[in-house]
Amino acid sequence: MNNTVLDAHNLKRVYDENTIPVYALNGVHLHIVRGEFTAIKGPSGSGKTTLLNMIGGLDEPTEGYVNINGTNITQLKGNKLINFRLNNIGFVFQSFNLIPVLTAKENIEFIMLLQKRPKAEREQRVKELLKEVGLADKAGKKPGELSGGQQQRVAVARALAPKPQFILADEPTANLDSVSAGNLLDMMAKLNREENMTFIFSTHDQRVIDRARRVITLEDGKIVNDTAPASLDHTLI
Amino acid sequence: MIAKLTWRNLWRNPRRTLITMTSVTFAVLLAILMQSFQKGVFDNLVKNVVSFYHGYIQVHKKGYWDEQVLDNSFQYDDSLVMKLSRNPEIKVLTPRIETFLLASVGNSTKGCMLVGTDPVKENLLTGLKDKIVKGRYFTDNEAAVLIAEGLAGRLKLTVQDTIILLGQGYHGAMAAGKYPVRGIIHFGSPALNDGLLYMPLAQAQFFLSAENMLTSLAVGIREPEKMTAIQQLLLSEMGKEYEVMNWKELMPDIANHIKADGSSFYIFTGVLYLIIAFGIFGTILMMTAERRYEFGMLVAIGMKKLSLGKILLFETLLITLLGVITGLLISLPFVLYFSRNPLRITGEIAEAYERFGFEALFPAAVDNSILIVQSLIVLIIAFLIGLYPLWHVGRINPMLAMKK
Repeated sequence: MNNTVLDAHNLKRVYDENTIPVYALNGVHLHIVRGEFTAIKGPSGSGKTTLLNMIGGLDEPTEGYVNINGTNITQLKGNKLINFRLNNIGFVFQSFNLIPVLTAKENIEFIMLLQKRPKAEREQRVKELLKEVGLADKAGKKPGELSGGQQQRVAVARALAPKPQFILADEPTANLDSVSAGNLLDMMAKLNREENMTFIFSTHDQRVIDRARRVITLEDGKIVNDTAPASLDHTLI
Repeated sequence: MIAKLTWRNLWRNPRRTLITMTSVTFAVLLAILMQSFQKGVFDNLVKNVVSFYHGYIQVHKKGYWDEQVLDNSFQYDDSLVMKLSRNPEIKVLTPRIETFLLASVGNSTKGCMLVGTDPVKENLLTGLKDKIVKGRYFTDNEAAVLIAEGLAGRLKLTVQDTIILLGQGYHGAMAAGKYPVRGIIHFGSPALNDGLLYMPLAQAQFFLSAENMLTSLAVGIREPEKMTAIQQLLLSEMGKEYEVMNWKELMPDIANHIKADGSSFYIFTGVLYLIIAFGIFGTILMMTAERRYEFGMLVAIGMKKLSLGKILLFETLLITLLGVITGLLISLPFVLYFSRNPLRITGEIAEAYERFGFEALFPAAVDNSILIVQSLIVLIIAFLIGLYPLWHVGRINPMLAMKK
């Protein structure tokens, strides 16, 4: 059985091609299998966010391709690409990523509404997800009424709602205190362990790096270290 | 949920929403009041002008208006007039015979226009009786005349004096006679005040050797808005040997004046719409700039740009609609009040108006079409502005939009 969810081949992203080329990414190869809990680390400007944007279909590589579950997303454009992201990739951003005027429940339901899922199914799933992220009692609260950690949990629940292939989390703990960050990581780890959900993080945070089974280090747009075991069975510690 | 999202987005920044709504409300209020007053004033002006003399519509023998001579008169057809009078839209049909002749008193001789008319019907059409400033109104078959104040002054005559009339009757017959002056009438219009002389219809027909002949049938109508329809109806009823003209054709200078005044109103309302447009556009511009990150995030997680654009368009339309509804609700009582209690101008301007026979009143017209048209114009402006966020979202790159 092919467990590959992501295959990025020779990714290059060059800025200012016509003057002095700057390589944000310079020939990155990445292979992720289902159930991985991977952290991408590196200093600022190393290409972490660029790599994540390409994996998420938010940026186009100058060279190379990204294949997700058998689809070359670098060839997708417009609504096809948006639809692909909706159904296959869950996003957790650093901060301010919930719709401020919707409640926690509505924020999670919103993405399934975009998928045109039936109401009964949406409500059932929202209930399950809120329970899963430990916020069943905060369903009616708006983001402004939740703590940073709670907002990030809602964001994770929203990312999980469309049942994606994997979740991309860009510095998810950057704006959280250590307790909230620990709780969030515990919750993600549990989802990874119990539901085999694949997580890919870009992070500076040692707490995330410590929890990841696989750690990829980027420098100057290149992978300089990858702790992936040969078996590619990157389970959690 | 989309409706919920739209509504809640509207109240994210309540102060800004309320300011935009208020500006739309005032614009709608101003536009409706302006147009209601403009229409009210023009309707009143037309009512004044047509009640001076012409009526809303006149029927002549074909060619009379181009060559206004007695030989272009037509036979008074009682049955046709009876038939037309049965039309509920027609208030009165006033038969007239009109010609130019010389009026003489002592050594003074002046040119004037003799109007032979039915005293009762003339009064219904033009309120001639109310224009008497001296003497009394004439009766149906009285061999007497009413003379305009200016003409009386030039001839130096007054009530009970005798006036000698000399002119040409029907088919070149000689027309001469002397008549006592029963009353002096005042017209606001100097042209009418210096040249009109009224005589009962039968007497005038006899004097002009034009028994049973008319030069015009002046038509008074109940609802001025239906003038064109009534004109068309009369055209089909009267046949090809007649011409049926409305007041705009009879008095093109006045019609042009109203049209010209209307143009300045359109320029003014155009400026008003421009102000509204910039007000709404400013809000939308700020809103799109403030929520750029959020738009990028929504597109990143899988919201189609068109769906997002629709929400933004609905937000713009909703905010405008709320302003329009409030504007309508506020303007209605004002319009109704000023239609029943017109603004009465005073002082020199009022005197000038009254000198020309106009009422010094500024009434507001109650016209649903004004309310609908003004509201629609503002909504169309909002719709066009609402296309901007649609365009903005269409070009958004989620990655760049989410860059801090």
